[in-house]
Amino acid sequence: MSDGMLKVRGLKIGATVYPPGEKPHDIDIVHGVSFDLEQGKVLGLIGESGAGKSTIGLAAMAYGRGGVELTGGEVWVNGRDILQSSKGDLRSLRGGEVTYVSQSAAASFNPAKQIMEQVTEAAITHGKFSKAEAESRAVELFDKLGLPDPQNIGKRYPHQVSGGQLQRCMTALALCPEPDLVVFDEPTTALDVTTQIDVLMAIKDAIRETGVAALYITHDLAVVAQVSDDIMVLKMGEMVEYGTVDQIINAPKEEYTQALVSVRSIDHEEKAPAGVPVLKVENITARYKGTNFDVLKDINVELHAGQTLAVVGESGSGKSTLARVITGLLPQKGGNVHFAGRDLNPVMRTRPREDLRELQMIYQMADTAMNPRQTVGTIIGRPLEFYFGLRGAEKQKRIQELLDEIELGQGFQDRYPAELSGGQKQRVCIARALAAKPKLIICDEVTSALDPLVADGILKLLLDLQKREDVAYLFITHDLATVRAIADSIAVMYQGEVVRYGPKSEVLAPPFDDYTDLLLSSVPEMKLGWLESVIANRKMASAGN
Amino acid sequence: MMKNIPLTALVGLIITSLYFAAALLASWIAPYGMAEIVGDVWEPSSAEHLLGTDNIGRDLLTRMIYGGQTTIFIATMGTILSFVTGSSLGFLAAVLGGWADQLLSRTVDLIMAIPSLIMALVILAMVPVTVPVLILVMGFLDATRVFRLARSVAVDINVMDYVEAARLRGEGGAWVIFREILPNALSPLVAELGLRFIFMVLFISTLSFLGLGVQPPLADWGGIVKENKDGIVYGIGAALYPAIAIATLAISVNLVADWVLNRTTSLKGGRG
Amino acid sequence: MHPIIKLVVQRLSLGILLLFAASAMIFGLTEALPGDAAQAVLGQTATPESLANLREEMGLNEPAISRYFDWLGGIMTGDLGSSIVNRLDIAESVGKRLGNTLFLAFWAAVVSVPLAIFLGLLAVRYRDRWPDKLISAITLTTISIPEFLIGYVLVYFLAVKMGWGTALAMVNDSMSLGQKLNAIALPVLVLTLVVLAHMMRMTRAAILNVMQSAYIETAELKGLSVFNVIAKHAFPNAVSPIVNVVMLNLAYLVVGVVVVEVVFVYPGMGQFLVDAVTKRDVPVVLACGVIFAAIYIGLNMLADIISILANPRLRHPK
Repeated sequence: MSDGMLKVRGLKIGATVYPPGEKPHDIDIVHGVSFDLEQGKVLGLIGESGAGKSTIGLAAMAYGRGGVELTGGEVWVNGRDILQSSKGDLRSLRGGEVTYVSQSAAASFNPAKQIMEQVTEAAITHGKFSKAEAESRAVELFDKLGLPDPQNIGKRYPHQVSGGQLQRCMTALALCPEPDLVVFDEPTTALDVTTQIDVLMAIKDAIRETGVAALYITHDLAVVAQVSDDIMVLKMGEMVEYGTVDQIINAPKEEYTQALVSVRSIDHEEKAPAGVPVLKVENITARYKGTNFDVLKDINVELHAGQTLAVVGESGSGKSTLARVITGLLPQKGGNVHFAGRDLNPVMRTRPREDLRELQMIYQMADTAMNPRQTVGTIIGRPLEFYFGLRGAEKQKRIQELLDEIELGQGFQDRYPAELSGGQKQRVCIARALAAKPKLIICDEVTSALDPLVADGILKLLLDLQKREDVAYLFITHDLATVRAIADSIAVMYQGEVVRYGPKSEVLAPPFDDYTDLLLSSVPEMKLGWLESVIANRKMASAGN
Repeated sequence: MMKNIPLTALVGLIITSLYFAAALLASWIAPYGMAEIVGDVWEPSSAEHLLGTDNIGRDLLTRMIYGGQTTIFIATMGTILSFVTGSSLGFLAAVLGGWADQLLSRTVDLIMAIPSLIMALVILAMVPVTVPVLILVMGFLDATRVFRLARSVAVDINVMDYVEAARLRGEGGAWVIFREILPNALSPLVAELGLRFIFMVLFISTLSFLGLGVQPPLADWGGIVKENKDGIVYGIGAALYPAIAIATLAISVNLVADWVLNRTTSLKGGRG
Repeated sequence: MHPIIKLVVQRLSLGILLLFAASAMIFGLTEALPGDAAQAVLGQTATPESLANLREEMGLNEPAISRYFDWLGGIMTGDLGSSIVNRLDIAESVGKRLGNTLFLAFWAAVVSVPLAIFLGLLAVRYRDRWPDKLISAITLTTISIPEFLIGYVLVYFLAVKMGWGTALAMVNDSMSLGQKLNAIALPVLVLTLVVLAHMMRMTRAAILNVMQSAYIETAELKGLSVFNVIAKHAFPNAVSPIVNVVMLNLAYLVVGVVVVEVVFVYPGMGQFLVDAVTKRDVPVVLACGVIFAAIYIGLNMLADIISILANPRLRHPK
């Protein structure tokens, strides 16, 4: 067993579930997975939610989160099966030989302790370094990971540094005890795309320089392609395909892998603006009550019937605030919202019912956008009743029509939201918006919470519906792949301002302004060496200046 | 819904029902008249007097049954009053927001800044102690707690996207409160109902024990303790029967409330 | 100014404001309710003349506002007025009784606080196993019985049947501390049982909440021993919620004292208040009500200030 540092054979993982109204019972999450990892190599574990990828990652530390239990198989680390190890041996394994980087560094750091103490704790506890050695190694790592003021950042408390910085500190925490293996569990998923690229590069450099082996867990194939040597594709606790990065992204064998690779490549022909715009936002300025700065500064955009305007930006750019102003939830400080040939009243409550009907909204979290105590029939039927006075058989017929339109078919009327999958929930929300026969639907990050394949299905449905119903979308998103798939025109927002605006073909073509350039170049692409080339380009550009 | 009722909740439900049935049927099932003196002072239990007699020779079982009637009646009325006022004002504060919410919430903060027993004693020092007064005082004082719960539950629901969606549709306040908020707030409130009822039973018993609750010759569980407490030092346990009654009733209601609350939390994934 | 000082000052001023508002409310209640102090003393059958005389004598003909400020001014300077039943100076009667009450509450706290935290830790350590279940069953029972009945149950079984402790907790100045402690053993036990249940349940919830945090998982994945995980990572974060729990329950203890004093005929504030209410001695009721409210508000305020001070985000601002 000396060839690989990590060797997993027939790993089975189970958990006890407590479904409402049923007896608790055991289910299998992972059904016999095997793989090897050599010293200094990076294996990417990829799959959608429920694939069991995090669970497998933690199995490399013989750790089951919550009620999860490692029920069978072997996990060999440095020549011994850790599933048979004693508690004492496991303690020296965890934090010594194998370390872990979680998705949310903000929650994973102890709020009551300074960063340095937490970063060096494992190395000191396991006797790898003295306190002074561990601290100087931590400073070295802070520097290597590109953290500002590496000498002193360790004296800060977790809440005193930014999210991207804390994620790097977490990486330093994992690397400090010089482990043989690091488990990275979606370390960049919670970050903005322009922050993600730097953290990603920092992690990649750190892995290479320390020669540590790593398991890199993510749902984003483009990200994992940048940092891994090999990739294992997982689905519902089973391995679908295993290969080198090159093979997986350029010549996937399995149908499921092919679907994952070709995700987000929907082709959408841009439509030229025609006639009078259905929505015209003029000089909109807005601020939240009790604050003294404008979250929206002089916004001007237009949207034509049957077309899609994508509003892109990172968190804090003001894109969702724009939606709140248009819907009247946050009355603007200045400017006008012109809709379907009339000026909209700034305050939602004073708008006539016709305005409300013609302007519908779909939310990011379908879970919280539907009343859990109402059936799908009630949820879709209420707008029919409320706006059109439909009752009885007529209403039922229309509900069924709408369900057919969102490709759900028979038998969904009596279900409750909790009985639907994530994609189905979002479809019901779309049907609810459609029921009002709107001229404009505001889509607020409607695909961000969904797995890529499911998100693709939703985007295709939205495009289909737009063709049939001639409805316009104001599509708010942070994801540029989604923008490419659905937009006719694009507004790029940054710190409350529209920094770039026009038809898709123009906005996405050079010459770029600085921010759009940064944003566009930060979106991971599914090709080898993309990360290095972007970073190299940026270095060249900054050297040229 | 009754299919998966756990044993503990079932036991709780049965005992609670028995107490309520005994309270309703008191005049039929009580062996003697409420104030009827039927024997010697503090007779031990016998075939005629199952629990013995009290400090002036009344049948203790009869006193306990009538006492239960009074205690449960006052507690029930107090709970209803506290729930109706507390939850309607709480929902209103949550939905209206702004100054109406501020006014109601700060008033409640102020009332809750003083322990309710102290508050009740101050009030009862000023007004004649009658059953309606007791119900009003306890009901309104306890309404502050219901208000806080109802408001916080409603505020949580009120910021959910589905409520915003209803508002964006143009729905009025009545639809929002009764169709969107209430169905989702009901379960935690029902569980709280049980806890408030227990609190009322304890509260009225305490007041009666202090001599500031139900006045003689009317019997209630707290009053029975007061009447018979002097026997304790002579080793006569008559005053302790109410302890058993109150504890079993309270625990039973607690078991039912726990079950309702657990059903609520697991309900996130199932049918109502 | 350091933001934490600002927050503490804010909370202090709020507490003082609340005290004034509470005193105004207690005073206002006695005004708004039907009948007044004179009526209360003389009863419903009093003649109009005697009522008028007494009102004059008690100053009840002055406007309510000015009487409130007189009364408030009196309290600030230690003058609580005099009883209308026995004409004794209230401040003097209260002084000794308040001392007795605090003596009782203090010893109850000394016993119950460490015990509650220990049991809370025990329940978390053996979560969902028999020690946890046993502890929660016992606490559920004690919560379900009113304080005074717990008192009599203990008197019946311990004092009368087994001859431990005394059924009446009489204390006076001539007793030594040991004698006093012996006298209050049973009331302390009752108070302990009463607050223990609440305190232990809340402690358990507070610790569980901390133990389920992601940073505890991080600590476990560092390979730390169970002891180090708890001592180094859980404890610093659990201190503040636990201290908060303790303070809230001490406030609750102050109320529990009222009833327990009556059960054991203990010469404290609670007994004094209940007597005054029965005799409708309004000035005494007002004085006792304000003192209890002040202790309660003060402890609640202390709880809030401690959680402000313990919050690392506030202690180390950005």
